[in-house]
Amino acid sequence: MAEQRTGKLKIFMGYAAGVGKTYQMLEEAQELKALGVDVVVGYFEPHGRKDTIARMEGLELIPRKNVEYRGSVFEEMNTDAIIERKPAVCVVDEFPHTNVPGSPRLKRWEDVQSLLESGIDVLTTMNIQHLESLNDQVWQITGIRVRETIPDWVVQRADQVVMVDVTPRALLNRLERGVVYGREKAERALQNFFRESTLVALREMALRQTAHEVEHRSAGDTADGWAGHGAYGRPGAHHKILILVTADPETAMLIRRAKRVGDFLDAEVFAVTVQSGGLAALAEMERESVERHLNFARNLHIETRVLEADDLAATLVDFARRNQITQIFLARPRERDWRSLFGRDLIQRVVGLARDMQVVIVSEREMVEY
Amino acid sequence: MPRELRRKTPEELLREVQSEENSSDGARLKIFLGYASGVGKSFRMFAEARRRRERGQDVVVGAVQPRMSSDVAELLGDLELIPQITVGGETAIDLNAVIRRRPSVCVIDGLAYDNPPGFRNPTRWEDVGEMLHAGISVITSINIQYVAELRELIESVTGKRVIPTVPVSFILSADEIEIVDAPPEEPMERSPEQQMNAVKREQRLSRLREMALVLAADVVDHQLTEYLQRHGIEQHFGTNERVMVCITPRANVHEMVETARSIAEKFHGELIGAYVHQPNISTNDQAALDEKLAMARSAGASIEILHGEDPVDALLDFARSRGVTQLFIGHSQRSGLWARLLGNPVDKIIHKSRGMDVRVFPQ
Repeated sequence: MAEQRTGKLKIFMGYAAGVGKTYQMLEEAQELKALGVDVVVGYFEPHGRKDTIARMEGLELIPRKNVEYRGSVFEEMNTDAIIERKPAVCVVDEFPHTNVPGSPRLKRWEDVQSLLESGIDVLTTMNIQHLESLNDQVWQITGIRVRETIPDWVVQRADQVVMVDVTPRALLNRLERGVVYGREKAERALQNFFRESTLVALREMALRQTAHEVEHRSAGDTADGWAGHGAYGRPGAHHKILILVTADPETAMLIRRAKRVGDFLDAEVFAVTVQSGGLAALAEMERESVERHLNFARNLHIETRVLEADDLAATLVDFARRNQITQIFLARPRERDWRSLFGRDLIQRVVGLARDMQVVIVSEREMVEY
Repeated sequence: MPRELRRKTPEELLREVQSEENSSDGARLKIFLGYASGVGKSFRMFAEARRRRERGQDVVVGAVQPRMSSDVAELLGDLELIPQITVGGETAIDLNAVIRRRPSVCVIDGLAYDNPPGFRNPTRWEDVGEMLHAGISVITSINIQYVAELRELIESVTGKRVIPTVPVSFILSADEIEIVDAPPEEPMERSPEQQMNAVKREQRLSRLREMALVLAADVVDHQLTEYLQRHGIEQHFGTNERVMVCITPRANVHEMVETARSIAEKFHGELIGAYVHQPNISTNDQAALDEKLAMARSAGASIEILHGEDPVDALLDFARSRGVTQLFIGHSQRSGLWARLLGNPVDKIIHKSRGMDVRVFPQ
């Protein structure tokens, strides 16, 4: 059998429900169909929006699969049926969706990976608030901790990211007219995600992220000499980032932030935890937290290591030096821990020892107060 | 990033808000921004014009493009058109006719036009300004290639001279901006040489697309700042990365500024260099300081000289007021001037810098 071509992924990026992502995606599907391309719809979430539903007309829909969980039946995308049907292009709404337990894959983005690996091109939709590395900032702005996230590398691997833009004012108008949500849902939505300032902030993040995705894709463009403008950092400067993983809850935030900076700087990112007796010697709760954080890092494509040693600061800096690390990322101790001296002592010791490296102390973002 | 796109001081914003309140009787400017012709700006704009008319607004069209695609022509349909004036092959809006007609909304397809000689305003954007002043809302379209402050950049990307332009300050004054985004068409497989040209073209378009997205983000950031100011919210959302380098006479400013510049550029963010004024510093330190401030300035940083009894408080108060997300400090500061004054400023800065990242540099 000939080697399988990997399918292409196109993401329609928005900043809130109702900006028109699904509509624009279906419009493109209709255009492809008119050109004679074999298009199917793998998953579509109508949300009761009439003009969006109308864009489905004439498109082949692959029936969903029933998955039983705790006595109830849930409908999920039937990935296997789509692969068997083997269209050229498949439309998959709601990229960040989490499948019901018992599904073959945990996340819809993993279903999409399967489609791509089978050589099927995919069109999909997502909102900026579901990007993993922006999770803390989204919480800061909206007060909502988004649980369904997509690792940044998944988005980076997309062939195209398109911004679906509409102004917050127009969006709020649509909401008031009931186009986007049902009446009662709109009421609630208006109070959190849909506050105008929140929408403006999310929209700015979506625009900047899309700009970054565009730039990322045209990197290496030196043909016209213009890239000189974008030749960031010193030539040959190679950044390597090391994250200190602990059981502290700030670690997740630290990992997200360090990875985001690393991605923007084209840096390699590593994460280590230093435990005197290895993980096995830790109390159960602590071990679980450390393991969860290491797993989280690996899911974001960060290489992890467990170092067995007593002196945390010395071991960390020594490991960094041996691996040509240029930047060490540490979490800022919480306010209540500040007086305990342990956290600040660690920072002082690392700063003192790592005289040849940059040390970044990452702080938790504070919620915006109205 | 052009200087005009930088964050404004609260005083500047206040002045703008006040002048806005005085001049316009609810007239609003909405701009559709695209990165090339053919991305669908006109279509989106006329679709909105139709929707507004269906909702009962009094909409007229003040300018159309000389060439129009068939779907745009169809949308234009029976919208009321105020004919343009043609002089020697060049066209201009019939400004007097629009103002006499007094619609609630006027649609101007193509903002970047110079008027033929003899007209009241040399440019079309000034005509639009006059309409807004007369209380007429305007929806209009512009291609990123015609933004005055981006001209050099655009010319280096496209290799073409840009003649009619619109100043970025006018775009920033828009009440609403909407970006019309679509990736450039993928190059079709052709001869290697054609393929090469097509790839180059696509790369150029990608650069323009990136610029348009960043400009729209900057306009949105501007609106967000205004919104927060108006509502008396002092905290910042951190939607845009703002890097602040703390400069002292002895700091290793070179590495700090280089890293800060590269991070600010990568994130399309803002770069600030701050120094806390110290009385009675030696001539040597003063010379070193001047050199370091010049270095930061030439890297594109805006320089702030701060005053305050406690340097750490002065730095952090300022950083907080400007929504700084990353603070850069050198750790020789512990053995330098500050250490004598304060003990351990690194510890103090980290302790007091809640909500922002601190990057400590080796010396």
